[in-house]
Amino acid sequence: MSIVEDRHRLSDGLAVFGTVPVIVTGMTWLTESVEPAMKFHGSLLALGGLLFAFFVLTNGKSLATTTSGYVDGPIKVATVAAIFWGIAGFLIGDILAWQMALPQLNLDLPWTNFGRLRPLHTSAVIFAFGGNVLLATSFYVVQRTCHARLAGRWAPWFVIWGYQLFILLAGTGYLLGITQGKEYAEPEWYADLWLTIVWVTYLLVFLGTLAKRREPHIYVANWFYLAFIVTVAMLHLVNNAAVPVSWTGSKSYIVYSGVQDAMTQWWYGHNAVGFFLTAGFLGIMYYFIPKRVERPVYSYRLSIVHFWTLIFLYIWAGPHHLHYTALPDWAQTLGMTFSIMLWMPSWGGMINGLMTLAGAWDKLRTDPVVRLLVVSVAFYGMATFEGPVMSIKAVNSLSHYTDWGIGHVHSGALGWVAMVSFGAIYCLVPWLWNRPGLYSMKLVEWHFWTATIGILLYITAMWVSGITQGLMWRAYDKLGFLQYSFIETVEAMKPYYVIRAIGGMLFIWGSLIMAYNVWRTVRGDEAVDLAEQPRVAAAPALRLQPAE
Amino acid sequence: MNHDIFEKNSLILLIGILIVVSIGGLVQIAPLFWVDSTIEQVRGMRPYTPLEQAGRDIYVREGCYNCHSQMIRTLRDEVERYGHYSLAAESMYDHPFQWGSKRTGPDLARVGGKYSDQWHADHLTDPRSLVRESIMPGYPWLAAAPLRTDDIKPKLQTLRLVGVPYTDAMIESAERDLKAQINPESRAARELLTRYPKAKIVLFEQRATKEPSEMDALVAYLQILGQMVDFATFDASGPNLR
Repeated sequence: MSIVEDRHRLSDGLAVFGTVPVIVTGMTWLTESVEPAMKFHGSLLALGGLLFAFFVLTNGKSLATTTSGYVDGPIKVATVAAIFWGIAGFLIGDILAWQMALPQLNLDLPWTNFGRLRPLHTSAVIFAFGGNVLLATSFYVVQRTCHARLAGRWAPWFVIWGYQLFILLAGTGYLLGITQGKEYAEPEWYADLWLTIVWVTYLLVFLGTLAKRREPHIYVANWFYLAFIVTVAMLHLVNNAAVPVSWTGSKSYIVYSGVQDAMTQWWYGHNAVGFFLTAGFLGIMYYFIPKRVERPVYSYRLSIVHFWTLIFLYIWAGPHHLHYTALPDWAQTLGMTFSIMLWMPSWGGMINGLMTLAGAWDKLRTDPVVRLLVVSVAFYGMATFEGPVMSIKAVNSLSHYTDWGIGHVHSGALGWVAMVSFGAIYCLVPWLWNRPGLYSMKLVEWHFWTATIGILLYITAMWVSGITQGLMWRAYDKLGFLQYSFIETVEAMKPYYVIRAIGGMLFIWGSLIMAYNVWRTVRGDEAVDLAEQPRVAAAPALRLQPAE
Repeated sequence: MNHDIFEKNSLILLIGILIVVSIGGLVQIAPLFWVDSTIEQVRGMRPYTPLEQAGRDIYVREGCYNCHSQMIRTLRDEVERYGHYSLAAESMYDHPFQWGSKRTGPDLARVGGKYSDQWHADHLTDPRSLVRESIMPGYPWLAAAPLRTDDIKPKLQTLRLVGVPYTDAMIESAERDLKAQINPESRAARELLTRYPKAKIVLFEQRATKEPSEMDALVAYLQILGQMVDFATFDASGPNLR
């Protein structure tokens, strides 16, 4: 016992000691930097370090006690954070959508302009919402499928809180005009360094838990999570290589320029989709769908083929963002070829997910959580068919630079990523907080329909506007002149921008319903329709009734 | 199929993943740094003047790339609408590149010289005063915001570190050159032009003081876009054939 206590004391000491360089760096920026924004970020960093030290010193005793025997505290925080950042990110997205319909809404202020808010939206939904969902589910899944507690005493907590600090640094930075100017990689050098520290810790916790496992086999969901964590680390480090102008200033310059920077950026950018938004969320699919429908994964062999082909092919797809540009043709052709091939593993994964319902299709009707999960996989299938089509150069010449791309991204992001996340959150909340079920299945039903209708409005509006604008740009009149001026093609977009913004409002409405439902469940309110919920909705500890 | 080795050893799985995900990037990215034909041989490319570079940093800061591309594709309608298709050489000093991915507004790769400085200043301040249907945000604060000048020298030094060929003289006179670009007829302005051919002195009415504003810098940057390469001498055949 005393050896354990000694080790705990040592790890507590190390955790507190580890905050010292963070606090010192923050204080240095606070006092030395000439930029107000950097002073602010210095204070955020120092405050973050202090709070974490305080957290370690006050929570040491209560750490080990969870009813499930697993480390669930950090997962609960990430789940709540995911819902919070998700709603924030959706809201900013809808503000942007309205700004495009009514430009006066930019307010002509630096902090509310489209150019600064758009990275805030993309980062909030991808990294803050998606990232927290991935942190929560990966920590949950790796423990359950390995029959082992998370490795590290404070490391999982550091990953979760450190990640929230990264989100704050990045997000407030955009509003203050701190950006690298590379899409989906906007955070500046110091936020990137901070994320690197957090991410390496995340990888170590994940690998450490795998190493502790009491199952001989590593479950398929964990392959996907591991590929996601490792590849994102690689992409992040290479794409963000930069030299800061000053160690106490925010500005840096990327080491690459022009065409090399473009290729590196889209190698990163497309694989942020491929590994952050796909591989990681496929990990969710491979755990939560079988679990929720109580059926094994459809095909073990297909999982293996799916996994290796997906991660091999995805990495090549980046150049399809650069068709007909100054990128050499050979690279464009490679990008297009591999993007088309990518259709196969994507649909292999979709089939594996959908067919897991074999013999349990009735659950689609009876369990709205299953419906969220399954419809997400259907959207995944649609988006991963549309993607290869758009990567064909002839199609891309029309679709690129238009709203079609925005629509495509959202059928993936809203239809696949967000819907599978909602499904996983509805599974997780009763399991984590030890409840017999969700507060209300009826509300899940409402969430499902508002979100689905919202998505459909969004993507159909963007299809029409994108294809319209693409065709208008290349239209010629009888005399052989370009038929439309650019501004005429902007004017033609207005109705679709309004429809899209309304679709977005519906989607937000759905997520607010979810937040309410989760809040009532966590609070422990008695479920209103427990009888209609499947056995699997309950926390595992409450599920131990005799088999039917 | 024996997949056990990956499923039972987390480190072998990790190494397998790393190998498989490295191949595509190595094949696609690495050759761009040593295949000579990647960047065309052209005349006229030079580093940005201090004021242009400061303007470029503002362009990046305000997220202009979210709505404007700087990449004219090799398509008939684009060449007719915007001008000669963009060359890789034209962004060789761009850290980071700003090719963009969306055209909510028009492409800007060759916007330089298309409108007057005054037009840009008015348009950035209130876009709809000039283009009624525009959905671009206004940037009225830029003309009132004094441009930070103390950091231009370390900025150019950092850019030299990452490969932009700034000379010692350019770095030494960075702050003077930056201010010279808004002072026509001055000796400093003539010196600026010897260091940076084709640089344009920025001139518009709203200027409150003799000190450069953020608007000056952004307009200087917009006005040089697409202006450097001499297309009269550019030959798309020979070593530039791709």
